[in-house]
Amino acid sequence: MPNGIALDKQGRMKNRAAMTDTTLLLTITIVVFFILYISAVLFLGGGFAKPQNFLNILNNNASLIVLSCGMSIVMITGGIDISVGAVTCLVCMTCAVNLEQQGGSMVTALLIGLGIGLAFGLVQGYLVAYLEIQPFIVSLAGMFFAKGMTTIVSKEPVRVTNEGFLAVKDARIIVPGLGANNKLGQYIPAYVEVGVIIALLTVVLLFCLLRWTRLGRGFYAVGGNSQSANMLGINVRRTKFLAHILCSLLAGVGGILYFLHVGSGDVANGAGDEMNAIASSIIGGTLLTGGVGNVAGTFFGVMSLNTIKRIVSSLGFDEAWWSNITVAAMLCLFLVIQSVVLLRKNTSKQ
Amino acid sequence: MKTLVKDPETKVKRPDDPLFKRLTRQQLFIPIAALVLLVLFNLIADPTFFAISIKENSMGNPVLSGNIISVLDNASELVMLAIGMTLVTASSGGQDISVGATMAIAGSVILRMVCGGQVTADTMQMPLILAVLTGIVVSMIFGAFNGILVAYFKIQPMVATLIMFTAGRSIAAWINNNQLPIINDLSFKYAGTFLPGIPVPTPIFITVFVILAFWLVLKFTTLGLYTQSVGINSNSSRLNGLDPKLIKLLTYVILGVCVAIAGFVRVSRSGSINYSRIAENIEMDAILAVALGGNALGGGKFNIYGSILGAYVIQFLTTTLYKYDVPSTALPAYKAVVVILLVVLSAPVVREKLANMKKAPAKAAKEVS
Repeated sequence: MPNGIALDKQGRMKNRAAMTDTTLLLTITIVVFFILYISAVLFLGGGFAKPQNFLNILNNNASLIVLSCGMSIVMITGGIDISVGAVTCLVCMTCAVNLEQQGGSMVTALLIGLGIGLAFGLVQGYLVAYLEIQPFIVSLAGMFFAKGMTTIVSKEPVRVTNEGFLAVKDARIIVPGLGANNKLGQYIPAYVEVGVIIALLTVVLLFCLLRWTRLGRGFYAVGGNSQSANMLGINVRRTKFLAHILCSLLAGVGGILYFLHVGSGDVANGAGDEMNAIASSIIGGTLLTGGVGNVAGTFFGVMSLNTIKRIVSSLGFDEAWWSNITVAAMLCLFLVIQSVVLLRKNTSKQ
Repeated sequence: MKTLVKDPETKVKRPDDPLFKRLTRQQLFIPIAALVLLVLFNLIADPTFFAISIKENSMGNPVLSGNIISVLDNASELVMLAIGMTLVTASSGGQDISVGATMAIAGSVILRMVCGGQVTADTMQMPLILAVLTGIVVSMIFGAFNGILVAYFKIQPMVATLIMFTAGRSIAAWINNNQLPIINDLSFKYAGTFLPGIPVPTPIFITVFVILAFWLVLKFTTLGLYTQSVGINSNSSRLNGLDPKLIKLLTYVILGVCVAIAGFVRVSRSGSINYSRIAENIEMDAILAVALGGNALGGGKFNIYGSILGAYVIQFLTTTLYKYDVPSTALPAYKAVVVILLVVLSAPVVREKLANMKKAPAKAAKEVS
C-alpha cells in the first residue's frame, strides 16, 4: 500500500497499515452482515433463528462463494470477468451430458469442468493481459460464447441418474450441536453439503494466497498502480494473466459445485450469477478500481446478499423479479458509497 | 540511403504507399470489407438470396419481401441503438450494456399505456403518440440514471449499467404486474409492420428519419465536437469551458431516446412483449456495431455512419446464419467469435506487431542490398 505509512499530527511516522482500505471495507461488510441477520432474527424470527436456515444459505450458495472469490481476485487486479455465470452453466451442462449420455465417471466430469474453466481463462487472460483488450469486452464475448455453446451441447435439460454422482450429491455432513427438535420431538441434525466444505476450503486457500504469497501481493500491487508494480519488478502482464486463469478456473470449480447442488444440466443454470458475483465482491469491499479487496469480505458479501434476498422473499415479495431488483439496488447502493468515499479521499489528498 | 519522409499533414502521396495500404487505413474499410465478403459469400452460395418479390401480407396488401428487405427491416432497432451507443462510447469511453433491458422497460410502459392497464385490448385506450412520448420520457430517466452514475459518481460505464442490465427486465415485468399485455389494434402495429398501401416496412422509414435527425443535429449543433473533446481529454475540455459531466449525462439521455424508439418499434412488430426474451443479447450487437464501424471503444473520435453501416453488416450476418439453419440460441457463440476476431485485429498491440512484421522483411532486404 503506497499510503500505508503516513505522518501524524506530531510529525512522527505512523503505521496506518492496521486500518487500510481493505480492512475498513471488510469491517463494514461484516458489521452489515451481522446487523442484517440479527435484525432478521429479531423482527422476522421463526425460520431465521434456526441454525439449519443459516446453513442452507451456505448449501445453496457454495458455487456462488467460489465464483465471487474468483471475481474478487480479477477485480483486485483492476479487471472484471462477466463470463463466470455462463461458464458455470456450460460446465454444468457438459458434465451432465458426459455423465448421462457418454457414460463418464465423476473423474472425467471433474476434469471436463476444470478443463473448460482453464480454457476460458487461458484465452481471456491472454487477450486481456498480452493484447491489452478491455476485460469487459473480452468477457462479454466469453459470456455469449459460453451461452451459445451450452445450447449447442444440449438444449434440453439433462437430469443425472449416475449412482456414484448421486451418492456424492446427497452426502450430508452433520454439524454437531446445531440440530433442533422438530414438531414431533425428533432430533433433526443440522447438515451441510459436500460443496460447502470445498467452497470454504477454497476461501481459506485463497485468503492465504492473497495474504502471504508473492503472487497474491502481486495482484494487489498491479491493481493499485500497475506502473509502480512494473518498476518494483513485478511482471504485470503475467500477473493479470494468472488472475484471469485463476478466476475462470474457479468458475469451473463453481460450475462443478452448482452441478453437485442441482444435479442436472440446464440452460438456465447459473443465470445472472456473474451479476451476483460482482455484487457480492463489491458488497464485500472489493473496489472496482483495483488494489483493494479481500476474499473473506467477499464471503460475507455473498452471505449478506442472500440474507437480504431471503428477507425480501419472507416479507411477501417472493416473485422472481424482486430478487433481481434487490440485487441491483444493493449493488447500486454500495457502488455509490464506494464512489463517494473514494472521491472524498481524492479531494482531501489534494 | 535516402528515405522518403513526407509530413503526413501534406496531402502528397508517398510513392511507396500502395493503394491497398491507403485503403486499409480508411475508417470504413473494415465494415465495407465485411459487407463485401458477406455479399460475395451469399452470391456464390445462393444467388437467390438477393431476390426481392412482392407478396401479399395477412392484411391483403402487396408488400415487398426478400432477404435484403428483411435485413433492412430487422436492423432498424440495432441501427438506432448503435447511433446512441456511438455517442455514449465517444464521450465516456465505455458502453451501456443495459440497452436491451431498457428497451423492455420502454416497450412495457408503451403497452401498458396503450392497453390502459388491461391484459388484452382490442382498441387503443389512449393516443399512440402520448404512449410513445411517455415511453421516451421513462427511458430518458433510466438513461439519466446511468449517466449520473457514470458522470457524477465516476463509476465505469459498463459496471454502472450492469445495475439496469440486471434489474431492467424485472422492472419491465413489474410495470405490467408480470402479465403479458396484448393489443389487437391493427393501427398499433403500423410502426412495426406496414402502413396500409405502402409496400416498404415502416421500421425502415423510422430508421431513415432517426438517421436524418442525427445528421442534422451533428451538422448544426456542437454536440459532436463537444462529445469528442470530452472523450479525448475530459480535463482539458473542462479547462476550455465545457462541462464534461453534463455532456456525458447528455449522451446517456440521448441513448435513452434511441432505446425508447427502438423499444417501440420492437413491441409494435408483434403487439405484445416477452420480458425475458425481447431484444435479448442486443447490447452485444450494438457494441459490436460500434466496434465494427471503426470507432475506438476507449472513447474519443467517432464516426456515426460507420456504426450505422456496422449495424447493417451485423444484421446481414445474422440473417445469413439463420438462412443456414443456425439455431437462434447458438447464434451468440458465432457472434462472440466474430467480436473477438475484430477486437484482436483492432487492438493497438496487435496492429503494432503486424506493422512491424511488414517492415521487418523490407528492412532485411535493404540491409542485404
